[in-house]
Amino acid sequence: MSVLTEVSIDTISQPANDHLHGDLLEISMGPHHPSTHGVFRMNIVLDGERVVKLKPVFGYLHRNHEKIAEHETYLGSMPYTDRLDYICSITNNWAYALAVEKLAGIPVPERAEYLRVITGELTRLQNHAGLIGFLLQDMGASGTPLMYAFREREKILDLFEALTGARMMCNYMRFGGCRRDLPSGWMEHAQKVVDGFPRFLDEFERLLRTNEILMARTQGVGIVTREQAINAGISGPMARASGVNYDLRKVDKYGIYDRFSFRVPLGEHGDVYDRYMMRLLEMRESLDILKQAMRDLPSGPIMDPNTKIRNFRPKAGEAYGRIESPKGELGFYLISDGGPNPYRYRVRPPSLINLTLLEQMCLGHNVSDVVIILGSVDIVLGEVDR
Amino acid sequence: MLGNGIIKGLAETARNFFGSYVDKERLTTVQFPEERLPQIEGTRDFPFLVYDGDDWEKGLRCVSCHICEKECPPKCIFIEKSKDKKPDAVGKLQFYPVRFDIDVSVCMSCQICVEVCPFDAIKMDVEFELSSDDRFGGLLHHKDKLAKSNEYYHKIHPTEAAAVDAALAEDREKEKEKQKQAAAAAAAAAAAKAAAAANPPPAAETNTDASSKEETK
Repeated sequence: MSVLTEVSIDTISQPANDHLHGDLLEISMGPHHPSTHGVFRMNIVLDGERVVKLKPVFGYLHRNHEKIAEHETYLGSMPYTDRLDYICSITNNWAYALAVEKLAGIPVPERAEYLRVITGELTRLQNHAGLIGFLLQDMGASGTPLMYAFREREKILDLFEALTGARMMCNYMRFGGCRRDLPSGWMEHAQKVVDGFPRFLDEFERLLRTNEILMARTQGVGIVTREQAINAGISGPMARASGVNYDLRKVDKYGIYDRFSFRVPLGEHGDVYDRYMMRLLEMRESLDILKQAMRDLPSGPIMDPNTKIRNFRPKAGEAYGRIESPKGELGFYLISDGGPNPYRYRVRPPSLINLTLLEQMCLGHNVSDVVIILGSVDIVLGEVDR
Repeated sequence: MLGNGIIKGLAETARNFFGSYVDKERLTTVQFPEERLPQIEGTRDFPFLVYDGDDWEKGLRCVSCHICEKECPPKCIFIEKSKDKKPDAVGKLQFYPVRFDIDVSVCMSCQICVEVCPFDAIKMDVEFELSSDDRFGGLLHHKDKLAKSNEYYHKIHPTEAAAVDAALAEDREKEKEKQKQAAAAAAAAAAAKAAAAANPPPAAETNTDASSKEETK
């Protein structure tokens, strides 16, 4: 049985002078291909080495997150959100906490807001550092950039472990604040990491930014135009690489983001190189925000005293909380019927929606380009499949 | 010049390679089983039960209230409540768990059981070398394996344990105070009763005493 029942070769018009081109070849890439991110499969039809049709197949990592959440208490879903985009759990917590806070009208103390910004921006740093490492690994820069990136990422994960108890499954936010205050010595340690980070960025830029091979492989590959990005609802660094000036930290100003001055880098071409540079530039802006937040961190409570941890029942209603996660707009849509668990719970995952343009990006490119185009989208299958 | 970028990048790699011999910053790996990084204090992985004193069966703080069992998101805790009561570490009669199991293969280390426990009885461990050749029995931890002393808790999370101990001591102090008051009230009530036996009493007063005692429990 053909794996490509839906994408039959017959549906694709054969080139006119058939004897010159030969047969079309269908290959199934994944779900275990090591350079595809996670268990994700692409059914690709090739003409020579050129992609003429691509069909993404996902769902291998479906864990029924939304339905489980409808049977959990509101708090009980919080640790599950860690496992959506398992690279950056804190921003997932934040988006969910924001949605519930909107739903129940819970205020967040000042210090907790600052802690959220600090941990959220650290998450962005470690996500982008990891991503550019993976992306370059996909391009065939075996090991070296990935190890450099992971060396820096590990320092941030150590900070998370000291603060939240876990490197990746942080489970840090609570409705109306954060779970734990900074332990002693954390701030000094974090300051050291933040101060040392630009050195890594410089090093990384020296390493590969002007590398001719990298430029040849990435420039003009996987182009998303501004119009395409807007029409497809692309968000995050990927939209900004196409020149769409849309950053929820500026647009929504959720939390206390209106207090910080930072710039939103924008790309021009929307190709893989722009998306790669976008991450490097965004890390510098994140460092700016971190410096300001760490300087201004006030003292005070970190939890709203009126919010109960058990028997939490928000009044009936609905709310949508969204944040600028490192991958794009991450939203949680909740409907409450007044019970202890949500009536409806829906996640708007940035990875999934950014993936919708995959075929348009890949058409006409080589198979090896498909790998780096997928890498530059920055997907985490935990979030795509939920 | 073509190739300039590649040379620049290779120079960076070389700097890292030679730097790793002199700079600790550039060589961050350790040879794991022989060498270990120092434990980070906030680390958590799986829950354990705290007991006071020397005998784990007597000193278990858990009173089998089932709150953690209900709140646990993946439902990995199984508790069976006792029929009788036993004195706890401070000598108060309490229920105790006849069975307290945690299925470590299901637990996702979210720490919600710790947050909801009103008795500071369950805390997060740092023991991660738990592999077992029996994937059902070996990963279902019973209360004898889960029970760990307060000293151990102090060893792994010193700051947190000190705060918990201070809060518990304060609670126990209050409890004692209350007991004393209750005893005094009971004595007063008894005296009143004795007096009432001589004279016909105002019944309401003893009643309120009894209900207030109920509340202190």
